Amino acid sequence: MSPLPFVLAAALGGFVAPALAGTTFDAVKQRGALRCGVNVSVPGFSSPDSQGHWQGLDVDVCRAVAAAVFGDAGKVEFVPLNAQQRFAALQSGEIDMLSRNTTWTLTRDAELKLDFGPVVFFDGQGFMVAKALGVSRAGQLDGASVCVQSGTSTEQSVSDWFRARGMSFRPVVMDNFDELNKAFFAGRCDVYTTDRSGLASIRMTMSGKPDDYLILPDMISKEPLAPAVRHGDQDWADVVRWSVMVLIEAEELGVTSANVAEKRDSADPALGRLLGRTPDLGQALGLPQDWAFQAIRQVGNYGEVYQRNLGPLGLDRGLNALWTQGGLLYAIPAR
Amino acid sequence: MQARSYPWRLSRGRALLLQGGVLLALLALLAWCWHNASLRLAAQGVSSGFGFLQREAGFAIAETPIAWSPADTYLRALGIGLLNTLKVSLPALLLASALGVAVGIALGAQSRLWRRLARGYVESLRNVPLLLQLFVWYGVFSALPPPRQAPQLLPGVFLSGRGLLLPAPLADLRWLWLAGAALLAVGLAWALYRRRWPLPVLLPLPPLAAVGSWWALGAPPLWSLPVLGGFNFHGGLLLSPEFAALGCGLAFYSASYIAEIVRGGIDAVPAGQREAGLALGLRRAELMRLIVLPQALRVMLPPLAGQYLSLIKNSSLAVAIGYPDLVSIANTAINQTGQAISGILLIMLAYLSVSLVVAALMAWWNRRLLQRGEA
Repeated sequence: MSPLPFVLAAALGGFVAPALAGTTFDAVKQRGALRCGVNVSVPGFSSPDSQGHWQGLDVDVCRAVAAAVFGDAGKVEFVPLNAQQRFAALQSGEIDMLSRNTTWTLTRDAELKLDFGPVVFFDGQGFMVAKALGVSRAGQLDGASVCVQSGTSTEQSVSDWFRARGMSFRPVVMDNFDELNKAFFAGRCDVYTTDRSGLASIRMTMSGKPDDYLILPDMISKEPLAPAVRHGDQDWADVVRWSVMVLIEAEELGVTSANVAEKRDSADPALGRLLGRTPDLGQALGLPQDWAFQAIRQVGNYGEVYQRNLGPLGLDRGLNALWTQGGLLYAIPAR
Repeated sequence: MQARSYPWRLSRGRALLLQGGVLLALLALLAWCWHNASLRLAAQGVSSGFGFLQREAGFAIAETPIAWSPADTYLRALGIGLLNTLKVSLPALLLASALGVAVGIALGAQSRLWRRLARGYVESLRNVPLLLQLFVWYGVFSALPPPRQAPQLLPGVFLSGRGLLLPAPLADLRWLWLAGAALLAVGLAWALYRRRWPLPVLLPLPPLAAVGSWWALGAPPLWSLPVLGGFNFHGGLLLSPEFAALGCGLAFYSASYIAEIVRGGIDAVPAGQREAGLALGLRRAELMRLIVLPQALRVMLPPLAGQYLSLIKNSSLAVAIGYPDLVSIANTAINQTGQAISGILLIMLAYLSVSLVVAALMAWWNRRLLQRGEA
């Protein structure tokens, strides 16, 4: 019954397979598929649909990389990981990249030896309460019971926030996402805390009555979510970085999955370079000439990806709009 | 004792050789895993070791038997986790034993109804995964009314979805007076019992003495009562739904195994013993208490020890329902520091120590039993 020996075996065993003789990029090309670590189930970011196909923003990030490398967005093996497994899976070489609503932080970057790609979603930790509680600001939450998912940085952020204000709270910490949701909606906690995108997703899909719950306006932490690769594998980090960046660039340039062929053949030389009318950008990365073209055609630009996955949750673009529209998304020029 | 011959046994020398070989291979495998892991970690420059234990943990814990603030170290957090594991395991162990003995006796009862009921209990609880049972218990305990609508069962006792609230005794020296008075009354009652005074008269004596002396002290407030304020109750003693669900789940589940062990133990007592007891004119309850159970205990102890150990280890399912046990807290620590291997080694070490202590206690008890009786 006890899971411990298996956990240790997995933790040790994970390091036993030194599949890292060459670079990750070589390994991926040789295997013919990208192994991408994703979340087990967060609707909007990563969850299997009723047919078992993975859907979500994080999932589409994996697909874009596969499309750039292989010209086929379908060549991804998704590896669902829980919060505790994710870094070990990446460090051990079990996956090639991690695209699992993971916050980019200094310790993860430096101490866990990861390299993060572009931020694909600017998130922040927030609070959700039942409207019946009559609370409108987080400052009124002194003494509340708070539901927190374990294995995330949210546990520490919420402690810090209450501590800094001399307020107290009782955490209810579970690692099972569904059980935690059930406990909150059964009234076990006054407050649910996680990233605000997650709150919106939970409110929309799990509560049954989205209108009875309120996401408070306070944002108690910054959570820039980004894909990650192992440190010290720079060629591969470049491939991931630019495969994602090009989706944002495409939105800036007005290139969509529908008009990408037309744009490639247009007179604009910058568009031609980006979309592979000339081979230089792909060559620089060691990718096929049509890498960006395939990523955009098969996955869509960032705006399309966002609308497809997060639109149904009722999350507006907010910080995740382009810089030209008051958001923070700014593509580093692909030239 | 007479040496029996086992055809599958090897000669002593070959057996030693074989065992040594297997042990060596096992150690080599472990060493290789360890070496490989540390090599890879070093190659990636990932820091490892136990230095993180002295760092500030920075997270809150719901149930803390000893004082805790997020400014304390990871080491203290893990200590609290271990205490929480013990805090839920020990009461569950006692409850499981009591219930298991009762059900085990019922399994061999003469009444068909009792037998059927007990069999139904054992089969249904033993054959459903403990994790599912925990979810059910947790669902029951957390579906109780919210604090603001919680019913007051007795003065100072509230039952809500946030847990059972009880009055808690305050740290006050005047408790000693009450305890002293009660103790005197127990002594008196014992003396009178020897003189064949009836129990119904004697039993109320100690509580009456305690209440009387409390009255004599001027009825001081010695309890902290739970009071509803803001979101939750304050003061009093809180038994959280997580604690209650885990405790009940472990106890009722283990009781189904213990019941089978008890039944087996009772069956192992030779029928002649019962018949002799009946011939002596013992009543059924006396027969069970004086003749059968003491002998059955000897058969029961070794498997019972195993059952106790697995109860303690099963408490690690706490993380599924949010009870802050050792595994839950260690998981948080591992996640915040990334020290998976060190953290899991610490968890294993803690469970191993607890298990070895319990096993040693049970072995000691077993030895004492075996020494006492010759049969």
